[in-house]
Amino acid sequence: MATWQNEDLAPIKEKRRLLQTISYEKGEVRRGYADQILSIDLTKSQIEIQPLSAEIKSAFTGGRGFGLWSLWQRATPKTAWNDPENAIVISCGPIGGVTQYPGAGKSYVVTISPLTGIPVDSNVGGYFGPYLKFSGFDALEVTGKAKEDVILFIDGDKGIITLETAPLEEVNSHLLVDQLTRMGADSWKDQQRISVVSAGSAADHVKIGLLNFSYFDLHKGHIQLKQAGRGGIGSVFRDKKIKALVVKYSSLQGNSNASYDPKGVERLGLMMHREIREQDEEQNSMRKKGTTYLTGIMNDYHLLPVHNFKFGQHPKAERLRDTAWKKYFTPLKAHGCWYGCTLGCVNFVEGLLLKTGPYQGERVVVDGPEYETIAGVGSNCGIFDPESILEVNFYCDTYGIDTISFGTLCGFLMDLYSQKLIDQTITGGLELSFGNGAAQLELLHQMAKGEGFGVIAGKGIRALKEIFVREHGVSPSYLQDIGMECKGLEFSEYISKESLAQQGGYGIANKGPQHDEAWLIFMDMVNNQLPTFEDKAEALHYFPMFRTWFSLVGLCKLPWNDVVPEGNAEEEEPNKVPEHVQNYLDLFLAVTGKEITSEELILQSERVYNFQRVFNLKMGQGRRSHDDLPYRAIGPVTAEEYESRRELYDQELKENVGWSPSGKTTIEKIKALREHREKRYELLKDAVYKRRGWTEDGIPTLETLKRLGIDYPDVVEVIRPYMEKM
Amino acid sequence: MVKSLGKRLDLCVGCRICESVCSNLYFKEDDREKSAIKIEEQDGSYRIIACTQCGACVDICPAQAIERKKNAIIINKKECIQCLSCVGFCPEGAMGYHRDVKTPFKCISCGSCARECSEEAIFIVREEEA
Repeated sequence: MATWQNEDLAPIKEKRRLLQTISYEKGEVRRGYADQILSIDLTKSQIEIQPLSAEIKSAFTGGRGFGLWSLWQRATPKTAWNDPENAIVISCGPIGGVTQYPGAGKSYVVTISPLTGIPVDSNVGGYFGPYLKFSGFDALEVTGKAKEDVILFIDGDKGIITLETAPLEEVNSHLLVDQLTRMGADSWKDQQRISVVSAGSAADHVKIGLLNFSYFDLHKGHIQLKQAGRGGIGSVFRDKKIKALVVKYSSLQGNSNASYDPKGVERLGLMMHREIREQDEEQNSMRKKGTTYLTGIMNDYHLLPVHNFKFGQHPKAERLRDTAWKKYFTPLKAHGCWYGCTLGCVNFVEGLLLKTGPYQGERVVVDGPEYETIAGVGSNCGIFDPESILEVNFYCDTYGIDTISFGTLCGFLMDLYSQKLIDQTITGGLELSFGNGAAQLELLHQMAKGEGFGVIAGKGIRALKEIFVREHGVSPSYLQDIGMECKGLEFSEYISKESLAQQGGYGIANKGPQHDEAWLIFMDMVNNQLPTFEDKAEALHYFPMFRTWFSLVGLCKLPWNDVVPEGNAEEEEPNKVPEHVQNYLDLFLAVTGKEITSEELILQSERVYNFQRVFNLKMGQGRRSHDDLPYRAIGPVTAEEYESRRELYDQELKENVGWSPSGKTTIEKIKALREHREKRYELLKDAVYKRRGWTEDGIPTLETLKRLGIDYPDVVEVIRPYMEKM
Repeated sequence: MVKSLGKRLDLCVGCRICESVCSNLYFKEDDREKSAIKIEEQDGSYRIIACTQCGACVDICPAQAIERKKNAIIINKKECIQCLSCVGFCPEGAMGYHRDVKTPFKCISCGSCARECSEEAIFIVREEEA
């Protein structure tokens, strides 16, 4: 056990000023719900506790569902991300906080995104969500704007909530979270009872800010940060002048959820622990490699983004395989981001010597890297140096920057720079060529300092496209083709060109192109299990709905299909992992006492999913055209891309288009392929919309809303202008 | 000094007195499901399942509720959050779990069972720490 003290923090604490405090009676958590919501209005320094109605629980289940419902009450069609009424809502769902079933500690965060203008949802590990619930609240919603930096402290032990100014605390997460964790703890071990939500200095200046959720790793004796990365939630957080949200809860027990059938929860959890112990090492080895195992696989199958999604493979990607990371990772003991997660995908690197930035020369701990970071800031930018990626990973986290948006937009800039469509007069002297890790780091440091080209880059790809067209005369159609964003959100890190189903998975996703809704590439492209449009549409109904369910109840997706039971391959529908689906039905019953079928599980998701789609419409989006993709997500934009896989594309033209490529120029071939593929994508939209009960314009019909029981007057009001066409 | 339970499988006759001694001592009832030592019959011979004090549970416990003490590895019940990771990951299958018992339980090398074993199939081994 390390030596521990927190007296050094007293002067910092002294400078705080109390804005508001309340004491509250902690209700009992029952069957996974606390039945209360904590509402903070920062403008008024107001702290309120509101009851959660049975109707809302039944309609929205929890997690993302509660977040969207809460945000809907606040947001008008005109609400912008930086308006005071925009809310940040955090909720973990009824199963959240179970200690026996692996992956049961996720929090879900919802807000109006600065990148997209529509709701974004992002999931994250760490202890905050469960501790929040056990402190008495199913959800925390924060609205308004503070006048100066504030910290909210929820003391779930004493039943006291305080809102204080926090002028002297650090902003960057690796330092701030250490301060707040030690400040809140009474002893070294007590640090495990604290969880902090924070952003970082770059989130003050750019729109790709993230939130870090912390927990204290007892075995390693230091803080871990997990990220709610997508959609710029950290930027909203800092715009509200929140420095941190802190919760303390000391009475965690195996049955803190007061489950309906705690022994049933134990039975299921034990079954999964044993399955992971027996299967993980010979399957994905998540316990040792985390998500880094994906890098090699993606490269092998042409799915790893390289050079702004131009290519799916690169010879140097060998340097970023799991085997390359092994030497950096600290061997770990228990390493789940919530208690009892034995899949334990968390990895970290201790003692990384920083070569740049404000902490140059210091040795730090890096959480990760995850696959998405390796692919985004690495291969997609032509950077194959693990230590450069680690340094970017560290700074992104502490500055509060989403590595996915950062990597994808950096690749976009490097693509333009390498084609001389932008130059150093635009980048402020930064040589943003593929492979230039130093320039990438400098761009990141500029974001944190709020200066230079970094601030412009940090507006996101959609804004950059407008700037480059307006101020620098770059072709808008070309920028649309190669700027990897949809709905304003940067793509996550998979090449979708050869999988139509995945194009739909990205394009039709509610929040924008993030793979957590659907990852169908292997089913579609590798195993050819979805040959028809209807097959793809069915998969694009089932899987996004099934995956949405995790976000309602507080579960992590990984223990669903990153480890599977022995014999799963012999199941009729192995991709669904039927035994695990049954576990989830049993688990939901064991926690909440409510028995659901697999169809009702999908129905729970459909309610929230369709509500979110209508929410997009409420915000002026949510229609067919908003599901359009940049062509690079569908097929080869440039001759260079086409030629890199000429045989494949020529064959497609011959066999699927009935058009002979022989004697044709590459440009002609690109055009013919594009016509075919874009038409195919539109046909896919038709099939998916039909399967989901939406109009041809992508709007849920009144009948669908009624079937789902979400035909609330204000929801129907949003679709009413489009009903005549239904 | 590290103590652990030594086993001579060839001497075990399957009388299960050890199980009875253990559950009576720690749970005040005669229930082999609540014993930290278990005898399992397999093809006419017996397996003796009990903690080897290997420490895998110490590493897997996220709450650091399992500690290697002077004589054996013990569970601090106050710190345990009943995640059952230790039960699922015990390489010997020796971490005890019973639906009526709040926290997992294990052999702490107390030697009570060994003293009652007439066949001397189980015995306490003392090893100097490396």
